[in-house]
Amino acid sequence: MNRIRARLTPYLLILPGGLWLTIFFAIPMLYMLSVSLMTGNVIDGFRLTFHFPTYAQALGLYHDQLIRSLVYGLIATALCIAIAYPMAYWIAFRGGSRKSTYLFLILLPFFVSFVLRTISWQFFLSDNGIVLGPLKSIHLLPENFSVLATAPAVIGGLTYNFLPFMVLPIYVALERVDHSLVEASYDLYAGRIQAFLRVVLPLSLPGVFAGVLITFVPASSDYVNASVLGGPENTMIGNVIQNQYFVASNYPVAAALSFILMAVLLLGIFAYARALGTEDVLEAAAG
Amino acid sequence: MNGPDPVWLRGLTRPRSRRAVLRTAGLSAAGLALAACGIPGQGHQAASEAEMARFWRKQKRHGHVRFANWPLYIDVGAKKNDHPTLDAFTKETGITVSYDEVIQDDADWFGKVRPQLAAGSDIGYDLQVITNGIQMAQFIALGFLVPLDHSRMPNYRRNIGSAYRDPAYDKGARFTAPWASGMTGIAYNPKYVTKPPTRIADLWNPAYKGKIGMMSDVQELGNFGMLLDGVAPEKSTEKDWRKAADVLKKQRDSGIVRKYYGNDYIKPLTNGDIWITMAWSGDIFQQNVSEGTDLRFLIPQEGGNLWTDNMTIPKTAQNPLDALMLIDYYYRPLPAARLAEYVNYVSPVPAAKAVIEQDIAKASGADKKTLQQVAGSPLVFPGDAEYAKLHNYRTLNKTELTTYQSVFQPIVAG
Repeated sequence: MNRIRARLTPYLLILPGGLWLTIFFAIPMLYMLSVSLMTGNVIDGFRLTFHFPTYAQALGLYHDQLIRSLVYGLIATALCIAIAYPMAYWIAFRGGSRKSTYLFLILLPFFVSFVLRTISWQFFLSDNGIVLGPLKSIHLLPENFSVLATAPAVIGGLTYNFLPFMVLPIYVALERVDHSLVEASYDLYAGRIQAFLRVVLPLSLPGVFAGVLITFVPASSDYVNASVLGGPENTMIGNVIQNQYFVASNYPVAAALSFILMAVLLLGIFAYARALGTEDVLEAAAG
Repeated sequence: MNGPDPVWLRGLTRPRSRRAVLRTAGLSAAGLALAACGIPGQGHQAASEAEMARFWRKQKRHGHVRFANWPLYIDVGAKKNDHPTLDAFTKETGITVSYDEVIQDDADWFGKVRPQLAAGSDIGYDLQVITNGIQMAQFIALGFLVPLDHSRMPNYRRNIGSAYRDPAYDKGARFTAPWASGMTGIAYNPKYVTKPPTRIADLWNPAYKGKIGMMSDVQELGNFGMLLDGVAPEKSTEKDWRKAADVLKKQRDSGIVRKYYGNDYIKPLTNGDIWITMAWSGDIFQQNVSEGTDLRFLIPQEGGNLWTDNMTIPKTAQNPLDALMLIDYYYRPLPAARLAEYVNYVSPVPAAKAVIEQDIAKASGADKKTLQQVAGSPLVFPGDAEYAKLHNYRTLNKTELTTYQSVFQPIVAG
């Protein structure tokens, strides 16, 4: 009896996590894979025919949007780090007793729906709106100048929308840095810059890593920013997938594109994890 | 999928040793799932007359109807949520109407309700207004619409215009009853455009780079590309589509197009984000009346599109009889006239014009001027000169549908 129990224990222990992954990841994933290999149309139905050329066709038509999404996602993530790191650093080391107030202030705008906030950017940045309008009337900007429907508008929107996802993990990592280590480095004749570069920065990297993960992945698959702030030249892969699924009812192409996007993102993340070392990944996940 | 597949259930319920289950769980489940999956087609034969009669005999009035329509597409009273024609209907019949402006784009709407209709579940509406385009063809082909019982629609039989009795997109008008027709042409904002556009070719003018709006609906967009090429869209072939797509792609790639719009082009046109755009006739009129703007609309020299928006009853409607009564109500000259006066689109009820003329005689001041504008407008009561320039959408069959979409969709989505 005991032997059976001992044998079963590992299976029982992985059961909750395993079930979770099966129901919310493996089954949808398999279904998506099978849809991507179907052929047909919405009226006659789709049948699984293992039609792999769909992938080539989808990539051939939409590789520009795929690359653009990754580039936008990367730039937005880099901008997020550049903005979030000083913010988190300042709160963690200089925030004093008001740390939680500052964090709350950063999060406050995010209590409003993300779509609404993006639409209000559209209102602010419109060609003759409250920002560009006055600048145009005093002839600082040419009449046909616009911010909307450009790449900077979309990347700016992405950066703005995903900023807290970068601030919070970096803050958590910086918060855990032991001050005596910094003091020790001063005792060893490190300057402020040296102390930061050789003590604080390496200790906070797991936070940056976690931030990159939860910023880059959703930012490069986002479609709201591109559709609200972008123009025809800023379409991202998320828009194409949405369009193929809901507008063109072309489920195989939509599924194939989703699969390609996911594969590219996973590969990117693994490469990134390898470059930084796997222990950091585990630490980041635990933190 | 319709419920769990029997193969699945049999596989899961057959007794097996625990080890075998553990060993094979992953792979065999995957294999089974793959084999069992497929998205069944929903296309089917249209219901016979007898079936239709049986369906309608069973229906009872429930005193309520849920109506899904497009924004700015009905008369509005003193308050924004007052719709006098609907109120009058409720007063007369006791049927209350919940009216929602939830449809922005035919394709989006179809994408939203298709899974629910395929699963046979309620979409939350008993009546929806959809355009005679690709999606309507799909709604009909998939059997998603209830055939209308004309024998229960006396006003419809008496008053509908002869041009609408047997439309090409719905032979015998079995599933659809027109709400309004309208035109797709060009609108511009004279504040920014000094030389008024007259032709579709003006939408390709590099001087307006980044200030041109085009429509995201592939039939509206495709038709404009074809008209520019001098092709009549009704008689177009795949070769014409590809040629039009090339022209449209060039327009996009040279940065002339600011964006591809659904029903949301009016605000950017008003505030100057776009200067010239493809537009629907009535939208511009209503915007000018309601916000005092001075936008202009014209039918381009090369031609414009003529479309009809139709009231249809989805097959999962909970109150089909109430919905049918509401459809028939709008074929009385009075509510039809009120609607035309307000939305400024073409009424399918010719007798509405006489009512509008009576209203002009009674009205005074600004109201009178607006009504005279409506009655005299070629956009509400088009003459032969207008009809000569207007083109219908090409009625596409099943294979053409897919081809057409794959030709034009990448322009909008790319």
